[in-house]
Amino acid sequence: MNSAGRTHYDSVVVGGGHNGLVCAAYLARGGRRVLVLEAAERVGGAAVTREFAPGFRTSACAHLLHLMPPALMRELGLEAHGLRLAARNLPTVALAEDARHLSFGPGNLAALAAHSGSEAAALADWQALLKRFARALHPLLSETPPRLGSDAWRDAYALLGLGWRIRRLGRRDMRELLRIGGMCVYDLLEDRFSLPLLKGALALDAVLGTNYGPRSPGTVVSLLYRCAASQGEEALAQPAGGLGAVAEALAQAARAAGAEIRTGAPVARLVVREDRVTGVVLASGEEITATTVVSSADPKSTFLTLLGAEHLDAGFARRVAQVRSRGLTAKLHLALERLPQFPGLTTEALRARLLVAPSADYIERAYNHAKYDEFSSRPMLEVTIPSLADATLAPPGKHVMSIIVQYAPYALAGGWEGQRAAFTASIIDTLAAYAPQLRECISASELLVPPDIEREFRISGGHWHHAELALDQFLMVRPVPGAAQYHTPVPGLFLCGAGCHPGGGVMGLAGRNAARQLLREAA
Amino acid sequence: MLTESEPHYRQPLLKTPFHERARTLSQLDSFVPWAGYTTVDVFTSVEQEYFAIRNASSLYDLTPMVKYRIAGPDALRFLNRLVTRDIRKLAPGKVAYTVWCNDEGRLIDDGTVFCIAPDEYRLCTAERQLDWFRASAIGFDVEIREVTEEVAALAVQGPTSCKLLKAVGLAGVERLKPFEHAALSMVGSGGAGRIAMMVSRTGFTGDLGYELWMQPTDAEAVWDALLAVGSSRAVRPIGSRALNMARIEAGFVLPNLDFVSAEHTLYLGTERSPLELGLAWLVDFNKGHFTGRRALLAEQARGPRQQLVGLDVEGTKPAHNALLYRDPSGRKEVGSVTSATWSPTCKRNLALAMVHAPYIATGSTVWAEIYLNRELVWQRRMVRARVVERPFFAPARRRVTPPADF
Repeated sequence: MNSAGRTHYDSVVVGGGHNGLVCAAYLARGGRRVLVLEAAERVGGAAVTREFAPGFRTSACAHLLHLMPPALMRELGLEAHGLRLAARNLPTVALAEDARHLSFGPGNLAALAAHSGSEAAALADWQALLKRFARALHPLLSETPPRLGSDAWRDAYALLGLGWRIRRLGRRDMRELLRIGGMCVYDLLEDRFSLPLLKGALALDAVLGTNYGPRSPGTVVSLLYRCAASQGEEALAQPAGGLGAVAEALAQAARAAGAEIRTGAPVARLVVREDRVTGVVLASGEEITATTVVSSADPKSTFLTLLGAEHLDAGFARRVAQVRSRGLTAKLHLALERLPQFPGLTTEALRARLLVAPSADYIERAYNHAKYDEFSSRPMLEVTIPSLADATLAPPGKHVMSIIVQYAPYALAGGWEGQRAAFTASIIDTLAAYAPQLRECISASELLVPPDIEREFRISGGHWHHAELALDQFLMVRPVPGAAQYHTPVPGLFLCGAGCHPGGGVMGLAGRNAARQLLREAA
Repeated sequence: MLTESEPHYRQPLLKTPFHERARTLSQLDSFVPWAGYTTVDVFTSVEQEYFAIRNASSLYDLTPMVKYRIAGPDALRFLNRLVTRDIRKLAPGKVAYTVWCNDEGRLIDDGTVFCIAPDEYRLCTAERQLDWFRASAIGFDVEIREVTEEVAALAVQGPTSCKLLKAVGLAGVERLKPFEHAALSMVGSGGAGRIAMMVSRTGFTGDLGYELWMQPTDAEAVWDALLAVGSSRAVRPIGSRALNMARIEAGFVLPNLDFVSAEHTLYLGTERSPLELGLAWLVDFNKGHFTGRRALLAEQARGPRQQLVGLDVEGTKPAHNALLYRDPSGRKEVGSVTSATWSPTCKRNLALAMVHAPYIATGSTVWAEIYLNRELVWQRRMVRARVVERPFFAPARRRVTPPADF
């Protein structure tokens, strides 16, 4: 207790999204007195399961869990804290209009082999290569990014380690990694595969959640990044109760470690005294003091809204303002009175991740619209029907469909109001090509476009990763130079959100890395 | 005016509102470009013009000085975060000389801030920097507009300048204290209405002097009135060369001569901090955050590696661009001269020089390498130079209010 009778915390974590909770849990395990402040009534941020129509619930943004490292889940004991998987190792089904769908998954290429032996072999080859790359790159994600030009042994060690792991791939793999590193995924897939349907499905993974089409530079990097995060396993899992259950388990883990969590407590601003962040003021006016404040909010919100540019150097503030943070990914939730038929798929097969990306060209065409601030008339879709594996998400006998949609520009020409129905219709029309009775099954729908995501989850720009995942916003330049090692130019303020290395996706590494960095600096 | 249709390199240099008058009086037709304008380098001879500054009054057209209007509810907060001085202490009617830095605490530019009203300021700078100001305006409710072309500016500097301005009818000018400004007016010629202008007791000569900020349409009338009254008082228009002598005597630094803006440097390590330029007195660490503060604090804790100092050089040959050495052997370099002049008033050979840390204390001795041209025969000389206090020339009259009539 300080002199004013208020409680003083070692760390206040702004935002109870998954990264904030992970960070809080690790800080608490490190012996810190931690308080998490979440604006919403429930923890989770965008990793939340919410009701969008009476009795119908689904994950608000990401709907599959595949990036969170098993080590992190183990360390925090998420299973002991209530996390159950309703389904794991989900296969991917690339939907084809002629109902000759492709189904494949890690270690599950039999269906593809029946379709095309050479493609299955090529995919097996590619997946094995990705796995080797992932092993070399993954350690980079679970560490504070090294600073270039620093003379600290830790930075040199991290860079040497990366160099060594890449060298250890052997001459052929190393050459291939360096060759493809700067390519666009479109060219890479042309090199290795011939089935358009397969190329579409693989291209989707490279561009999902980004502002790019398959022909955009840097899309191989985002694919490698996704593989590095999942360590090449790509084990798609569906948590029981949706992604919100992951957040609930993280919150339990944090509480068990001694962290306090307050929901419905939006932070209005950070308090700066003598050039140091000394706490936060809540929207209610209450001030809470802390030795360090760790923000899981996006960089723009943290620096320009909560802190204020006046506490930053102008060049740094400009870098923050220029972070590319506009989302291009939307979410459509459908309440289904009954399960629609997908010709060519059994009900059992509908538990898979269903992709509408019939070719890489299809995705590129969908992306063309976005370049001119229009929504895709034939969008790319990642579809799940989570109620098949988890009956708690819908009333008995009914189902929910969760669709990730690209592309939906943040700043849609003409504005989103008045065009929501048209976009929803284009999504449903697109999917109806594979499930002709889909429209008759729908009793309610909810569309979340980037401005909705910005508003509801307080992510400026509504980008799932807070800041675009691209080479110029990667590693030691994520979110901006000067704040890439989780500490910021202002003493007492740290970052731990998706805007930091290694980015978003329900991965939790940004939170864990930040906590470790903070504990190390204060040690 | 720059237009979109013509590329900038095909546009002629702009002419100031005083240009036609200056052309008429220019004997040498010696014009040089300055911030997009063509301006006079020398009218008649540098010496004549210099002595007008020190012994009578001089008119200097400083219209090309880049001027910004900074207004809005956050104008003060914006400026205080931009510059190194505490602008909260600047009341309406006051002017402050200041500098501003980048994030690394390296100098971008220097200039003067005029407080017009609590939410309106004018910032006069050497170089255009809307880009930096816009970056600095992120998060502030402030409007920044360049008004260079909307304001004609004329410096009236010299011991008789106050008398001269009173003589043209600028009543009240004698009440202005140094670094104050006021809205004054004078009678226009030929029975025209009164000419309103802002007058500030500021200047770049280190002497008694004023700067007049007026509508471009009034420029010629004011010029004519000043020369009509001043012709019998040895008043002269002056060019940049004479002013440069006076500003070295006053110990003022000039961008691109004594430092290069950190926004323009290409080589690493050529940026300068205000501490290195001997402008630590402009840096207020206690006013709250400003851009570069954290870097400057770190630099202050480290101690200076080099500093701009005043040199009194032996002999009479100005030490232009001279390298400085520890001893006459010329083996160990310890700095170089950035500006140099023979000072007719001080009767000393003056220089400003960037000198390495062990030699920056007043009284230190360094050796300047000077090349003499004796009727086309070049000779190299190592001459002793002593580190002395700045300013070299600081007459009491520059501060007396009201100024004495001569």
